[in-house]
Amino acid sequence: MKPLTIILLTILLSVTNAAAEEVTIAIAANFTDVARILAKRFEQQTGHATRISYGSTGKLYSQIEHGAPFEVFLAADRARPQKAEKEGLAVTGSGFVYARGKLVLWSLKESLFEQGERYLNEGDFHHLALANPKTAPYGLAAQQVMQHLGILERTRPRLVRGDSIAQTFQFVATGNAEAGFVALAQIKAWPGENGSLWEIPESYYAPIDQAAVLLNKGRDNPAAYAFLDFLKSGEAKQVIQTYGYGVE
Amino acid sequence: MSEIEVQISNQLGDFDLDVAFSVPAVGVTALFGSSGSGKTSVLRTIAGLERPPQGLVRISEEVWQDHRRFLPPHRRALGYVFQEASLFPHLSVRRNLEYGMRRVAEKQRLIAFHDVVELLGIAGLLKRETHKLSGGERQRVAIARALLTSPKLLLMDEPLSALDHGAKQLILPYLESLHDEFGIPSIYVSHDPNEVARLADRMVLLDQGKVIASGDAANLLTRLDLPLSGYGDASAFLEGTVSSHDNSYHLTWISLQGNRVAVPREDLPVGRHARVQIQARDVSLAIRAHSDTSILNILPARVIDTHDINPTQMLVRLELEDGQTLLSRITRRSAMGMGIHEGMMLYAQVKSVALLA
Amino acid sequence: MDFDWQPVWLTLKLAGTTTVLLLIIGTPIAWWLARTHVWYKQALAAVVALPLVLPPTVLGFYLLIMLAPDGPVGQLTQAMGIGTLPFTFEGLVFASVLYSLPFAVQPLQNAFEALGPRPMEVASTLRASPWDRFLTVVIPLARPGFLTAAVLCFAHTIGEFGVVLMIGGNIPGETKVLSVAIYDHVESLEYGQAHLLAAGMLAFSFLVLMTLYLVNGRYTRSHRP
Repeated sequence: MKPLTIILLTILLSVTNAAAEEVTIAIAANFTDVARILAKRFEQQTGHATRISYGSTGKLYSQIEHGAPFEVFLAADRARPQKAEKEGLAVTGSGFVYARGKLVLWSLKESLFEQGERYLNEGDFHHLALANPKTAPYGLAAQQVMQHLGILERTRPRLVRGDSIAQTFQFVATGNAEAGFVALAQIKAWPGENGSLWEIPESYYAPIDQAAVLLNKGRDNPAAYAFLDFLKSGEAKQVIQTYGYGVE
Repeated sequence: MSEIEVQISNQLGDFDLDVAFSVPAVGVTALFGSSGSGKTSVLRTIAGLERPPQGLVRISEEVWQDHRRFLPPHRRALGYVFQEASLFPHLSVRRNLEYGMRRVAEKQRLIAFHDVVELLGIAGLLKRETHKLSGGERQRVAIARALLTSPKLLLMDEPLSALDHGAKQLILPYLESLHDEFGIPSIYVSHDPNEVARLADRMVLLDQGKVIASGDAANLLTRLDLPLSGYGDASAFLEGTVSSHDNSYHLTWISLQGNRVAVPREDLPVGRHARVQIQARDVSLAIRAHSDTSILNILPARVIDTHDINPTQMLVRLELEDGQTLLSRITRRSAMGMGIHEGMMLYAQVKSVALLA
Repeated sequence: MDFDWQPVWLTLKLAGTTTVLLLIIGTPIAWWLARTHVWYKQALAAVVALPLVLPPTVLGFYLLIMLAPDGPVGQLTQAMGIGTLPFTFEGLVFASVLYSLPFAVQPLQNAFEALGPRPMEVASTLRASPWDRFLTVVIPLARPGFLTAAVLCFAHTIGEFGVVLMIGGNIPGETKVLSVAIYDHVESLEYGQAHLLAAGMLAFSFLVLMTLYLVNGRYTRSHRP
């Protein structure tokens, strides 16, 4: 073998080796803060590198459908990972719930309500914000809560819908809506005042499960498996909980 | 006596405008000067379109601007004719004419629509769109539009300069008749001595933002110490009356108080006021009155002063018996041969006379 | 399919109101910009043009802060007794006016600058007061500019999405305009409804734009100087 060929082969091998240690992950935008912490810990522990794209679950999914180079998918719902498995985009049986979203009623005003349930029943507000139930899981959950309390119909004219849970949060955080249904994780990440907060009993709405799945592109990448294993570890679960999510 | 008084002091960049004059509020006063002499600025200040920090504009008893008041243009009873006709393109000719007129109270309308339209020969244009008019037609409409506000002062900023020679010649008679018909005092900005000679009674001569002379137009135009229009083409302008017509030789005689000159036959009433132009190059001089010459017009005159144009030629300024001034261009050699000097009496032989009005 | 006309009417109402208001507000601003020569003029021109640069969602977010009950504009509107603007039709109008301001000001400013000072000077020597000459000379002569401004504002408001989404709250009959309705349908996979609305919006906008361009073209041809 000529020396040049040896050099080229060495380079090639080292490159493939490096690629095997990097995992490309698509993560739902609402999980951004937690994902950053998790990725850092994962890299420290395993020596693997991560490359992360954030976006709304729906948009990430359609990118995956069209051949985006993601190896792992952390969605904000359960439906999309399931669909990925069914459509043959993901490894069958690899999906699991990594976090459960918690819905809260929140207001910027400190003393607006002691008991959120009573506040909702009394209905003393101009605008109540929620995410669009048609498109956002938290919006659907909020609608279920109101149905459960039997106030949906009379509240409807005063409901303002954010396109995403992030926008819904803005409505409340800027004080334009007196209160709104947002995610507990958003409150945890909010640097401002706590305001009034009601953690809604999980029995009032169907679980907002966020599932992860190994995509076909990551099938042969040890780092992809390593990341999913890390996600199931006690350490990761603790971080996720700290940020306002439930874990199984 | 009612007069127009103007004082302007203004610094425009590195150009100093420092002008003061006072002229009677009758007839036509020409503001004369080369481009950049500040004459348009003066006119715009009189109109209130420009507002120098220091200025006085008074028309008879009405003060339009002084140190404490400034009347905006639309409150000044003036008519303004711009260099380009500046008709409103969105209005027909008739609506253009009516624009200013409708904004003057009916009692103050001294000039009848019909008269103006008739005088300026624009009756046939009333329904036209303005962009279908010729240059001369547009300017006549603009003049009519200004007149219809019944102004106390008519300001004209080189209204003919954008027109070609033919159009100019067509429109000049209209301008000449304006004064006679309506008697509105006018200030007429121009840099063309011929225009001034035809139209103006008086002139204010501007150079580099200063008044260098003012007074009777005919007199100023022949002053040898003033930089008027290049001496080579200098002309004198004389006032006279139509005295008789010579039908057999097809001539009209113009009387200049005691003397007379002939011009080609013009159909004008005897006794009518006439203004003639005599170019300096058409005037030769003789010590004695010759009868053995083809020249018809021979006028006794006295030498006032002389001025060298170039090493070969000179201008001689002459005073006629009636006090009017005539210019003659002769060679310096002839002057020396004739011994021409101030106060000398001689005969001016005028080869050609042009009747202006 | 049960067709929902509400977003259509709401959008037309919004675009119409916004256009009328923008012509009223944009005219003095454009006039000032076209006629003034002060050193801070360019700075103000840049401020007017800012909505062109800002992503609509950013503009929407700032509006949300400004219009909030304790925001500067919110306090003003409450003091005036009209409450707060977000999630109301009036709020959408406010946002659209701000967002489309450059589309009104710039064509008008161009039209005014193209006129030059002369027509106004002529009118002033014909005894027309400043207001009079603005109405009788400037407006008719700047007509193509007004038409362009109106077309752009109307079209821009119809197509507006980001800002409306941000401060509207997607309330049917109040703030759920066409673009939001289409987006909603697409996001919830109701492609049939979405196609119908989108096609309708395209066809309508095309007709409006074409009509106005035709009118404008005819006017310009007949008033060539």
